[in-house]
Amino acid sequence: MNSENILIVGVGGQGVILASDTVAEIGMNNGYDVKKSDSIGMAQRGGSVVSHVRWGEHVFSPIIKLGEVDYLVGFEKLEAARWSHYLQPEGTAIIADVEIPPASLLSMNMSYPVHEELVATITARTENVHLIPAMDICREAGNPRALNMVMIGALSVFLDLEESAWSGDIRGRLRAGFIESSLKAFSLGAENVRKKMH
Amino acid sequence: MKQLLSGNEAIALGAYHAGVRVAAAYPGTPSTEIMESLARFDDIYTEWSTNEKVAMEVALGASYAGVRAMASMKHVGLNVASDPFMAAATTGVDGGLVIVECDDPGEHSSQGEQDNRHYARMAKVPMLEPTDSQEAYELMGRAFRISEEFDTPVLVRSTTRLSHCKTVVNVDKERPVETKKPRFKASPAKYVMVPSNARVRRIAMEERIIKLRQYVNDFPLNEMILKDRKIGIISSGVGYQYAREVFKDASHLKLVTIYPFPDRLIREFAEKVDRVLVIEELDPFIEEEVQRLGIPVTGKAFIPIIGELNPEIVENSAIEAGLLPQKKKVVTVPKAPATSLPPRPPLLCAGCPHMAAEYSFRKLGLAERDDAEEQNEEKFDKNRIIVTSDIGCYTLGVYAPLFALDTTACMGASIGQALGLEKAGIKDKIIAVIGDSTFFHSGITALIDVVYNQGTSTVIIMDNGTTAMTGHQGHPGTGISASQTQVTKVDLESLVRGIGIDDISVVSAFDLKEINTAVKNSVQIGKPSVVIIRGACPTHIRIKGIPYRVDNEKCTGCHMCLRLGCPALRVTGDTVVIDTESCTGCGVCAQVCPVKCIQELSE
Repeated sequence: MNSENILIVGVGGQGVILASDTVAEIGMNNGYDVKKSDSIGMAQRGGSVVSHVRWGEHVFSPIIKLGEVDYLVGFEKLEAARWSHYLQPEGTAIIADVEIPPASLLSMNMSYPVHEELVATITARTENVHLIPAMDICREAGNPRALNMVMIGALSVFLDLEESAWSGDIRGRLRAGFIESSLKAFSLGAENVRKKMH
Repeated sequence: MKQLLSGNEAIALGAYHAGVRVAAAYPGTPSTEIMESLARFDDIYTEWSTNEKVAMEVALGASYAGVRAMASMKHVGLNVASDPFMAAATTGVDGGLVIVECDDPGEHSSQGEQDNRHYARMAKVPMLEPTDSQEAYELMGRAFRISEEFDTPVLVRSTTRLSHCKTVVNVDKERPVETKKPRFKASPAKYVMVPSNARVRRIAMEERIIKLRQYVNDFPLNEMILKDRKIGIISSGVGYQYAREVFKDASHLKLVTIYPFPDRLIREFAEKVDRVLVIEELDPFIEEEVQRLGIPVTGKAFIPIIGELNPEIVENSAIEAGLLPQKKKVVTVPKAPATSLPPRPPLLCAGCPHMAAEYSFRKLGLAERDDAEEQNEEKFDKNRIIVTSDIGCYTLGVYAPLFALDTTACMGASIGQALGLEKAGIKDKIIAVIGDSTFFHSGITALIDVVYNQGTSTVIIMDNGTTAMTGHQGHPGTGISASQTQVTKVDLESLVRGIGIDDISVVSAFDLKEINTAVKNSVQIGKPSVVIIRGACPTHIRIKGIPYRVDNEKCTGCHMCLRLGCPALRVTGDTVVIDTESCTGCGVCAQVCPVKCIQELSE
């Protein structure tokens, strides 16, 4: 198989790392060679988080090359735009319609870019942009903290892996009280993409 | 069984399966998870040591007892531990002794960039470096065997990328059933380094490295991949992965034995290829060894010497040097988004116990700072306050909007620097700001120095009850061990009093008035003083108070509260809103507000 490059980006506290751990583990269980590399920076919380997942027959670099991302999964619009140039021209962007203004905006005398500007930045790179109403889906699933599940659910539509593999891994990763709502968030995320594609 | 493990997890599991009995560490990015992973095994002894020097000494002592021992630390931690490390290189070992050190190219989370491969050469001890988690797992057992066979500590080097990157590991080993009982075989000639003994050991060190030079030539994990012979690339660590990624068709030599250098193997490889390149992060360490053999080599002439590498840097450097053909479609080379997107720099967390204190330092130190716009604010004295600072979350106070700090050098440096400024003749008030974990790590001896040498500095200990920046590890003041058991808690106040500080005040980290008063008083008394600013790290204890809200009717939009840099506060239109989800209810913003428009959220 050809290798696939997945870049998951967001803000500290959104669950990017758990999401990329899940994706990477499922790839490994599917028999791929997998490498996963996170850049979290110095902040415990609130900073940019970037996670590279690569899989294929044999993967060398744990970091994806500029312009070679097949799937950009953005948990936040500004972060998605910031990393959009990593996409390859035929790549797919799966973006949560979520805004988290950086707390430092005011001291830097900047404002949060308008929605259209951020989307335009991403569509300048690829036409395949899927905007996910992730917070609405979280609410529908009854779990306000399941954004990461919504997003990997949306991603799962594009990856050639069994759905049961996902739910099995997610079950093993979460505390009992969150499992059902998380799985629901996952399926609703997948459904949202499927509906729009048909 | 296949597992997806980070380099650090693989190092820990490899050490465990190699039978390590004693492991010691001080937390430091990117090395922290090695000890966190080891501490989960309850059949070995693990500890968070007070600092890296102690960790090294604990591991060395355990090795003298005949058991396998290790110490792990970040690159600058080895600076702290370098004294016992050099001693270990001299005495040699009994049980295998492995020191894992993690470099941080690109300074992801460090005060400096340094290439610790030089330590191997300086101490004349072998150094191994894995290229992925699988190799990290396999390497640990080999490292212990080399240590025992050659009577030497062994350095295992990792880097941030290797330590934190997860790759597939075939976990095929099991921890051996322990047969070796610990016993200390007295041997003063080996273990008592008086000059007469040290001179004899010095000879043993040279003999050892000569034997190792032969040994590494046949080390099985050094690997030659022969393809197109026009270019042959020698690389190590994660640099090997980038080299394979970018130079897909070239010949490669993967080097796992970094020091000593496998001369014969290198010559063999060089003979098989037309041109030798070296791809390595940081210094030209391998390159210079190749040069020493008289082999023409290109390395730092095209690969940057500063910072972390990645596939783009390697590829672009190679294209620029004419080692790879130009990309065909230059137009499609992607550029960063043209619009200038606002950055998201690291910040203190909502409810951080450092926030009020740093806000206070900033305000108290205002008079002589060149911030004209703030001249109307409360002033203190005619003199400014100079703030020498240290390593921890509070170092983030250097950034906007707090701008609270004047210096940060290395662990524990704040107190000695404050004394030095004072003794040089600086008349301004000086405060040294240091965290609780950092104070235990290396602030204590400096505070003793202040007392002994009649300094007048005020030392502020920011006591958040944990080692927060590296992810909430225990330290001597917490009473929680690495394996999460309750242990004796070293009492900070008694310790400080015992050193000879009479003037100690303890204030709440969330009471701005108390902090201001304590700091003002302490800097004026003209003798050494300590202010302990105490408040738990909210991301550690996960306790949430009643959130606050802004009364929009009363808010004048002065944005005073935003000078705290609290991420729970946001501007909407003319006023400020508080995000109730992230607000911990610390109430510091309410104390800052000049019109008292911030109140607890009523039911």
